[in-house]
Amino acid sequence: MFPPRQDVLRLMPEIILSLSGILLMLIEPFLSGARRTLIVTLAALGSGLALVSTIYPATLPGTAFSGLLRIDGFSVFVHVVVEAVAFLVIIGSADYLDREKIQHGEYYALVLFATVGMCVMAGAAELMTAFVGLETSSISTYILAGYRRDVPRSNESAMKYFLLGSFATAFFLYGIALLYGATGTTQLARMTFPTTPGRERLLDLGLGLMLVGLAFKIAAAPFQLWTPDVYEGAPTPVTALMASGPKAAAFALLLRILATVGAAGTFWFWALWVSAALTMFVGNLAAIAQSNVKRMLAYSSISHAGYILVALAAAAASDQVELGVAAVLYYLAVYALMKLGAFIFVSQLGGESERHMEIDDFRGLAVRQPVAAACFALFLLSLLGLPVTSGFLGKFYIFNAALASRLIWLAVLLAINTVIAAFYYLRVIVVMYMRQPNQTWPPAPMPWAVTFVLSIAAAGTFYLGLFPGRVMALATQAALSLPGR
Amino acid sequence: MTPQLVIFLVLAAIAIAGAVNVILQRHPIHSAISLISVMIALAGLFLLLESEFIAVVQIIVYAGAIMVLFVFVIMLLNAGAEERTNMSRMARYAGVPLAIFLLIELAYQIGAAALSMTPQPLAEDVTRRLSMLLFQDFVFPFELTSILILIAILGALVLAQRGESVPAKGGPKTIT
Amino acid sequence: MVPIGHYIFLSVALLAIGIVGIVTRRNVIIILMSIELILNAVNINLVAFSRLVGSVEGQIFAIFIITDAAAEAAVGLGIIIAFFRNRETVLADEMDILKW
Repeated sequence: MFPPRQDVLRLMPEIILSLSGILLMLIEPFLSGARRTLIVTLAALGSGLALVSTIYPATLPGTAFSGLLRIDGFSVFVHVVVEAVAFLVIIGSADYLDREKIQHGEYYALVLFATVGMCVMAGAAELMTAFVGLETSSISTYILAGYRRDVPRSNESAMKYFLLGSFATAFFLYGIALLYGATGTTQLARMTFPTTPGRERLLDLGLGLMLVGLAFKIAAAPFQLWTPDVYEGAPTPVTALMASGPKAAAFALLLRILATVGAAGTFWFWALWVSAALTMFVGNLAAIAQSNVKRMLAYSSISHAGYILVALAAAAASDQVELGVAAVLYYLAVYALMKLGAFIFVSQLGGESERHMEIDDFRGLAVRQPVAAACFALFLLSLLGLPVTSGFLGKFYIFNAALASRLIWLAVLLAINTVIAAFYYLRVIVVMYMRQPNQTWPPAPMPWAVTFVLSIAAAGTFYLGLFPGRVMALATQAALSLPGR
Repeated sequence: MTPQLVIFLVLAAIAIAGAVNVILQRHPIHSAISLISVMIALAGLFLLLESEFIAVVQIIVYAGAIMVLFVFVIMLLNAGAEERTNMSRMARYAGVPLAIFLLIELAYQIGAAALSMTPQPLAEDVTRRLSMLLFQDFVFPFELTSILILIAILGALVLAQRGESVPAKGGPKTIT
Repeated sequence: MVPIGHYIFLSVALLAIGIVGIVTRRNVIIILMSIELILNAVNINLVAFSRLVGSVEGQIFAIFIITDAAAEAAVGLGIIIAFFRNRETVLADEMDILKW
């Protein structure tokens, strides 16, 4: 039985991503010598085509595959974010892999497959599908984290990521099993809510375990402890991917589950509130103490998960859910671009074997590489949330949503955290612009591919910071398309 | 005490004893063998629940394939027994919040389980319905699983292959 | 028929044992086996609930979980082999290059 044509078209991005991944693996044995360009081009082409083909699901909203997938504005928005991340990461990785002598087709195939999983997570309307998508994305990322298999750091990062990730998945699954017992189905839209107290308890418990599992994946406190180690040990382009793509997909899944199963209960609202506050403080306070820029960025990504959780709590607290959800989506897009840009920059600057990651290595970079340093400074300022950059507007929407839901205290905590964060972001900028260049170590010039990725990310950061209208309209539309309870 | 309840209790006792043994044994190979006994006991329980297909898959895939992989890797690494068993670092960081959560969970569950829910009779042939559903309604996750397995193959290849880019120090390492 | 509550109780017991194994053992192979224990606990739940609600969705889910467990085990053991090759240990608390 072949699925209807419409369903196939709705699935076009996933199909293109999978096929290009398989194609890469098939042709690799036949290539030798100057094969790098061809592999990278193919992988970039695959992810670029997938990005373009998102037009199909965008024009064909509805449910596909007997209700397992839901193609709506929400899923399309997240699709675009994760596909753009994949495209940029693929181009940004090429020079890094060359330098580390691990240029293989498998790397790109894994990035493409991971993206398939993230896309499925964004559109899943049923928990089995969501689970298989989650595992597709997670397992590929575990492998990518350990991709430098001869480097103990990378092994260790993969090991920690794998152990805590599978632990989280097991919790998530246990939660789904309880939810299934309570409602009798795994389809989110068909769940009827139990009336007997025993089953109600199962539902609450199941939801709790699922949220714990997802909290691990998005690195929300108190389940964030793996993040800095894993991000630091993984190859830096992979860190760029992990920090932006899977996180966006996990937030999307979280939103879908909360929207249908209902986060209206006060308990879940307070759980989100506390987790948001904790995550922001834990990330920012620990980031101040770091001297390694990669690790500092890892902590900063924890704090950003906290900011997004503020918007989630706002969505859970008010009647105008779309305000909070749109803020989450807008911030996910903004965050993916600036974080990706920052990590790709660090991956290039780190040089061979990622030796130059200390803050001291960034001395006087503005003199040596003015353009790249300016891009990096822009990403840092955007992460901090300075006006004109996209980070400011993203934070503004979160603030707005929090105030609309009368979460005054959470908004105040967000403001305090922005001030704390200024310490460590500005320190790097000061070192880059006001210190004498490091004489013993001249950084290699930026290859064009990295420059390309940096300029796209920088342009995006400006665009989202100056002209939010279109994207915000799309995000609001996406938020409205999310099926409520 | 119906005969089914007796069978259930025996199999459950085997499963729990085996599971406790998995985490108590010092040497991983003993743990692996205990885990196989847990899986076989669970397969028996699936039969008791009239889910023959899952029972068979449990034995063939879980006990037969996955556990063989485990045993193989344990033998390959020849990893010895642990000397000390103090709490690992992960225990402190990941375990403590989870342990608290678990205690609450357990209390809840026992309450829920006390509401002795009785199973509904399944009239039709379960395996038949299973296959119909798997290849019609759930064909999408089924196909996605093929990508998942492809990833696993790729992963094993990428991770366990001997390094070619960096020559191993002093030739191949002897595994002790 | 055995009441479903009994199966759920067994499943919770296995979950608890699995979690205790994960947090107390240092050998990563045994930690991985403890994760497998939890996945088995999930499967009991799913199959038992599938009888409770009278639909086979739960059993289909169990098949997916077994497949996923196979994929996870293959990748996990691959990571363990790569780790062992460089560090000659399989103990979790000797993962100390990166600060926890």
